[in-house]
Amino acid sequence: MLAGTHSQRSFKRVNEIIKANGNQKSALITILQEVQEEYRYLPEEILTYIATVMGISPSKVFGVATFYENFSLEPKGKYVIKVCDGTACHVRKSRDILKALRKKLELKEGQNTTKDLLFTLETVSCLGACGLAPVMVINDKVYGKMTPDAVEKVIDDIIESEGIVNDQR
Amino acid sequence: MIKDRGDLERAAAAWREEQKKCGLKVLICAGTGCVAGGSMEVYRRIKELVEAEGLNTLVDLDKHGDSKKIRVSPSGCHGFCEMGPIVRIEPKGIFYTKVKPEDAEDIVEITLKKGEVIDRLLYRHPVTGERYIEEENMPFYKKQKRNVLKNCGRINPEDIFEYIGNNGYHALAKVLTEMTPEGVCQIINKANLRGRGGGGFPAGIKWDSVRKENSEIKYVVCNGDEGDPGAFMDRSIMEGDPHRVLEGMLIAGYASGAKEGYIYVRAEYPLAVKRLQKAVKQAREHGLLGENILSTGFSFDIKINKGAGAFVCGEGSALTASIEGNRGMPRTKPPRTVQAGLWGKPTLLNNVETFANVPDIIINGAEWFLGMGTPNSPGTKAFALTGNIVNTGLIEVPMGITLREIIYDIGGGIPGGKEFKAVQIGGPSGGCLTKKHMDLPLDFDSLEKAGAMIGSGGLVVMDEDACMVEVARFFMDFTQKESCGKCVPCREGTKRMLEILERIVSGNGTMEDIELLEELAITVKTGSLCGLGKTAANPVLTTLKYFGDEYLAHVKEKKCPAGVCRALKGYSIDPEKCKGCSKCSKVCPVNAITGKIKQAFTIDREKCIKCGACVSTCPFNAVEEG
Ligand SMILES: Cc1cc2nc3c(=O)[nH]c(=O)nc-3n(C[C@H](O)[C@H](O)[C@H](O)COP(=O)(O)O)c2cc1C
Ligand code: SF4
Ligand code: SF4
Ligand code: FES
Repeated sequence: MLAGTHSQRSFKRVNEIIKANGNQKSALITILQEVQEEYRYLPEEILTYIATVMGISPSKVFGVATFYENFSLEPKGKYVIKVCDGTACHVRKSRDILKALRKKLELKEGQNTTKDLLFTLETVSCLGACGLAPVMVINDKVYGKMTPDAVEKVIDDIIESEGIVNDQR
Repeated sequence: MIKDRGDLERAAAAWREEQKKCGLKVLICAGTGCVAGGSMEVYRRIKELVEAEGLNTLVDLDKHGDSKKIRVSPSGCHGFCEMGPIVRIEPKGIFYTKVKPEDAEDIVEITLKKGEVIDRLLYRHPVTGERYIEEENMPFYKKQKRNVLKNCGRINPEDIFEYIGNNGYHALAKVLTEMTPEGVCQIINKANLRGRGGGGFPAGIKWDSVRKENSEIKYVVCNGDEGDPGAFMDRSIMEGDPHRVLEGMLIAGYASGAKEGYIYVRAEYPLAVKRLQKAVKQAREHGLLGENILSTGFSFDIKINKGAGAFVCGEGSALTASIEGNRGMPRTKPPRTVQAGLWGKPTLLNNVETFANVPDIIINGAEWFLGMGTPNSPGTKAFALTGNIVNTGLIEVPMGITLREIIYDIGGGIPGGKEFKAVQIGGPSGGCLTKKHMDLPLDFDSLEKAGAMIGSGGLVVMDEDACMVEVARFFMDFTQKESCGKCVPCREGTKRMLEILERIVSGNGTMEDIELLEELAITVKTGSLCGLGKTAANPVLTTLKYFGDEYLAHVKEKKCPAGVCRALKGYSIDPEKCKGCSKCSKVCPVNAITGKIKQAFTIDREKCIKCGACVSTCPFNAVEEG
């Protein structure tokens, strides 16, 4: 359902992004970043499309898209939660934060995005705010000195702000 | 538009003149840490209050009744992130910590209007209880020497004139009007500025090599990837004083004959990207980037690239590959980057902090720089001090300072009355230092001798509760995931090493495992192509060397001395304390405890499910965990 609505309006926006960055090969990563910002992931048909427009082989485009951690070929949630598991955060028990989030979001083993596509949970190594360890970032907002209780509240607040009354995830 | 050196000096003078009109300056930290703590709300609230009272225009402030303006401004990071949000009030240098929006009213009423200090917002030493008004006297700052970070926390990073007013771009003007490119390389060489990105390679030699390359097109690249977990020096510089980085790059461009520069910043640093973009835009608008800079005929421009999340892209050749739009994989050398880097052209690649050191060296001279630090590692180094330490944050200290001074004098020691155990330095490519290294001078060469590395400067302090085998596993997990996979020793070796470490922490390790681990470590170290593989074994080798007994305890006794490794957590009964009352054996749900009345009972670890029931039942505290 999502992919369908995407591809209709998508190519127009993709064209704009490619145009703004120029279609030299060196702009590929920037273009992929901007496209991903737009759709929250890199839909396969868009990758093929980018390859065609930029005159690069699709395998090269896929190669780049799969090499870098920040690119995702699968849809991500509206809120991307990045829990830092860098050294400083690890020492200050970031694993407990992660565990609390998995429980709160009812994520099963191997599952990182909630069914309603509201949340995606990831780990990153160091967000550069180690003074506030353990740290997590939701979209671009940084949350420092997290505790399992505090993360639960953050999630509740987001869910509330989304107006979801009956939490059915 | 700043057309020449005269214009620049006039702009600086005008800014300083303007400052004199300001009675007070309220600086609110807008670094990542403080923003996360809500500093922007504090900023808005103070600004609102000051404006509402018309204080932003004129107000009676000092004793003589002169009318002076108040300036409210965001600033870069002060480094003392744990105490944030931080508000600094100049000229007195009053330093308020943990400021909340609710405190804004008091700050305006009491400090700004009456000139009095608010006691509750001052930093209080956690041990002595002493309160400090000025930052300069606080133990955290006292032993520091802030050169590269001197503007961070003092100026508004989003205003080019604040930088210019603090002597910014003056080194560039000096270089362009008074010095030859060769002369610039010489002074950098004489100052013996060594790369701050990890390797410590002399920047002057690098600059001069690029200068000597015969090529129409050359590039300057700034490495702002900072992928080391536990490090955030470069982030603070880019966020807090972006123009300093641009100025360093401009000078490098002039010295090497490059006209284009690239800054590669990791995507996890959106604020740094934003500030750098703003700085580039302002510098262009005012003629400090672009064509014919300061009417000297020198042209230079800078582009910013965002990384896409690959640690290996911090390596020089991988970084240039990534800027070119490829997978960021290191390549074999030679040719070296100085000969064939970005798009095959001669490229001068330095770290953010390295570039940030340049303007002051030009202004103050090589001797000044040599006057700090040690003979072979002059100058200062920024470190990110984190982990089990009272004062976490960003510090800048002269090279050669000891671990003891950093941990106890600056860092305030270990919290919770715990013992210091180790400090992990230099991230996944570094190693662990221990109690016996307390008085080792921290510089490039002494650390290398100890098997560690300054790396980019992450210092993670660990107390007695840390398990060093688990720490080694943690770093191996990181490098294993980040290996680009190009060479077999790194790709396969790190995987096998991780498996072994996992076996050991889960209690299934053997003595052969430890031997194999060491063997693999050496193979990966010697057989890998790039620094990632070459250094991947450092945390393993240093922990084996300094904490070999912990490995043995895991393997032989199936015990984790620090009590961290869950699989090895287990209970035992101290025969000295056990009175043989049999209470524990009665509560044990799996009948793991056996014994004869009035004799010491024992726990069968194989059967035990670690429920802890026996611990709370024993009236003599004879059941121990560990
Ligand atoms: C895997 C790997 C990651 C690296 N990451 C960084 C980094 O994030 N920042 C950095 O400045 N240097 C990093 N380096 C070192 C660079 O390759 C290069 O030596 C350095 O940027 C040169 O600058 P400098 O001489 O000013 O230190 C890394 C090296 C390796 C092997
Ligand atoms: S050492 Fe590792 S990261 Fe470096 S090139 Fe080889 S496989 Fe890639
Ligand atoms: S911890 Fe639980 S299972 Fe283990 S010996 Fe004690 S009571 Fe028995
Ligand atoms: S280790 Fe978590 S923010 Fe640096």
